[in-house]
Amino acid sequence: MEQIRNIKNKQFIYSLSTALMVIVGYAIMQSVINANLASPLIKGLMVPLCIYSILAISLNLVVGISGELSLGHAGFMCIGAFASCIFTRYMKWLGNESLLIFIIAILIGAVAAGLAGFLIGIPVLRLRGDYLAIVTLAFGEIIKNVINAIYLGVDSTGFKFSMKDSLDLNLGEGGIVIIKGAQGITNAPRYSTFLIGAIILLICVVILNNFINSYYGRNIMAIRDNRIAAESIGLNASRYKLLAFTIGSAMAGVAGVLYAHNLNTLAALPKNFGYNMSITILVFVVLGGMGNIRGSIISAVILTVLPEFLREFSNYRMLVYSILLVTLMIFSNAPALKDFRENLLSKINFGKNKKLINKE
Amino acid sequence: MKKILSFFVGISLIVSLAACGGAGNTQTASSNSSSGAASGTSTYKIGGIGPITGGAAIYGQAVQRGIQIAVDEINANGGINGSKIEFRFEDDEHDAEKAVNAYNVLKGWGMQILIGTVTSSPCIQVAAETSADNLFQITPSGSAVECVENDTVFRVCFSDPDQGAASAKYINDKKLATKVGVIYDSSDVYSTGVREKFAEEAKKCDFEIVETTEFTADTKTDFTTQLQKLKSAGAELVFMPFYYSEAAIVLTQANTMDYKPIFFGVDGLDGILTVENFDIKLAEDVMLLTPFIADSDDQLTKNFVNTYKRLYKEVPNQFAADAYDAAYIVKAALEDAGANPNMSYSELCDVLKESMLNIKVNGLTGENMTWNESGEPNKDPKAVIIKNGAYVGA
Repeated sequence: MEQIRNIKNKQFIYSLSTALMVIVGYAIMQSVINANLASPLIKGLMVPLCIYSILAISLNLVVGISGELSLGHAGFMCIGAFASCIFTRYMKWLGNESLLIFIIAILIGAVAAGLAGFLIGIPVLRLRGDYLAIVTLAFGEIIKNVINAIYLGVDSTGFKFSMKDSLDLNLGEGGIVIIKGAQGITNAPRYSTFLIGAIILLICVVILNNFINSYYGRNIMAIRDNRIAAESIGLNASRYKLLAFTIGSAMAGVAGVLYAHNLNTLAALPKNFGYNMSITILVFVVLGGMGNIRGSIISAVILTVLPEFLREFSNYRMLVYSILLVTLMIFSNAPALKDFRENLLSKINFGKNKKLINKE
Repeated sequence: MKKILSFFVGISLIVSLAACGGAGNTQTASSNSSSGAASGTSTYKIGGIGPITGGAAIYGQAVQRGIQIAVDEINANGGINGSKIEFRFEDDEHDAEKAVNAYNVLKGWGMQILIGTVTSSPCIQVAAETSADNLFQITPSGSAVECVENDTVFRVCFSDPDQGAASAKYINDKKLATKVGVIYDSSDVYSTGVREKFAEEAKKCDFEIVETTEFTADTKTDFTTQLQKLKSAGAELVFMPFYYSEAAIVLTQANTMDYKPIFFGVDGLDGILTVENFDIKLAEDVMLLTPFIADSDDQLTKNFVNTYKRLYKEVPNQFAADAYDAAYIVKAALEDAGANPNMSYSELCDVLKESMLNIKVNGLTGENMTWNESGEPNKDPKAVIIKNGAYVGA
């Protein structure tokens, strides 16, 4: 009994420390910005840091907790971004710009991306093996290309849609083109602030931690660790996997909403919503540790800030970045070094672990 | 023990690398404190932004080099009213978010004037930032209409619609064909922008667009289906509003299927004669509208091309030329305004906005270029035709 309580306490402390880390991080950075000590770069990086942290923890739910490989996370981000941005751009055209609109937009982004994840998950998560990786990889690329082909406009008579070009929309007087093919959405309203980003990140962290430690979360991890054993006690594997995947997609959609409203222009380029972005998010998760929510946030922050701080190397920036990335990966995941790190930690926490060592 | 040793070696490596970065950072931080107010130095700080890594790197590098050549020349010739220029170029990876980061880095450095960005989508984003900050921006090659919507932004190149309209008019005036086919990149802003205006303008012309085919960035290696369609529609002229690397493939494949219409391109086609492993005989009689011709005879172009070749071992394309002009346009505007480097970026922006309307610049990409409030340049496109592996005025 005491053991269970211990585990529960540990989980609670872990969840609390992650949430506290976000709050303290926000408080420190906000006070640095308020005191006018931060460079324009630091100020500009705050919202992207929140966005990439949310992406990393949402993918961690899929990859780390439910054990399915998803290679199209940027696709869900893209859906959330465009779905919400169509709404806010339309509202801006009607003359409505307020925080309430943004909150609705966040919900729209979450629902749209979650729905996409749900629909994809239904057939794919019934299969065993790496099918999800293949399907999500294709999905991410398809979404990007579909959005590049869409022309959507609005005028006094309503929405108009075309796959050809913006002339084909035949917009009336005062109408605007919302999505202009490859150029995407321009003049989108900018709602994302550091405060909103940090609050959403905090909400996502709390939801995820509670979910992981809930009845559902434990079932999902049981299925990950041994599907046959879990099914033998009556757990519906595909249903639980679908639940985790849908939540992960919805959170990626929310990150997409923040992304879309942090910039004035939103275009589905290979750089921001393509395959490389999905891999970048996966790198955050792998470096931070599978299933480790706090680690995902830390690695997302480090790997987003790193290339910006390497600008001093000018032309060699990306070269240095990749060398550092390889080095970091080796040092964080090599088994021999893991032992070394744990030894070091146990020496630091000598008093605490005395009992353990004595037992040995 | 060995493992532990390697661990420490690795850590010290990282720390020393970080220290390098850190040392540089402190410099920028010190100049950062005076970014808003007068910078207190006697040099102009001009920033540039563009993709120098990733898929669009060739365009960004060309711009970086073009500006660098111009800046070096200006500095060697005594600067702008005696003040030298400091130039720093930052990478945006052809991404709007990274472009904002690059812009913020340059602002921290103390940038007073921005030459950039190179590609359209980041340019629209950065234009929003510069207009919020009231910082003067001139883009060498951001050709989407939205790039210069704000009054702080001007551009050197033609806008996409201008090129489309000019091409349609040229084809109509010279009566090149009655049946025209179009092939374009539907995933590219530049290509779709030119195509759209071309189609709109074509409605007023005597020729008819018989077939429009498209491709995307993911399918730009095989054009046989598109060419077959154009061929069976009987297109006598094929309009190709995209870049030269794809155009080289189109020309090669058209040749193998024995389809020989007139190929007509816009400024992105400049550079086709430098494509590796491309038989330049296939480009014979290709026509293009472009503001810059590297083989041109005038002294300015000759000097620029020679310097560029000497430094970077390749023939400059129109991006480099636009960028080179941009630096000289900034110089002309600063001289017209009687500005000095001690003015803040906001003060400079206010005077430069006025001066841009007064100046007249002779550059590589046009003679007597002028600007109006919209930020668009006023210059004539030159139509050229490829004869015996060289551009000739048409």
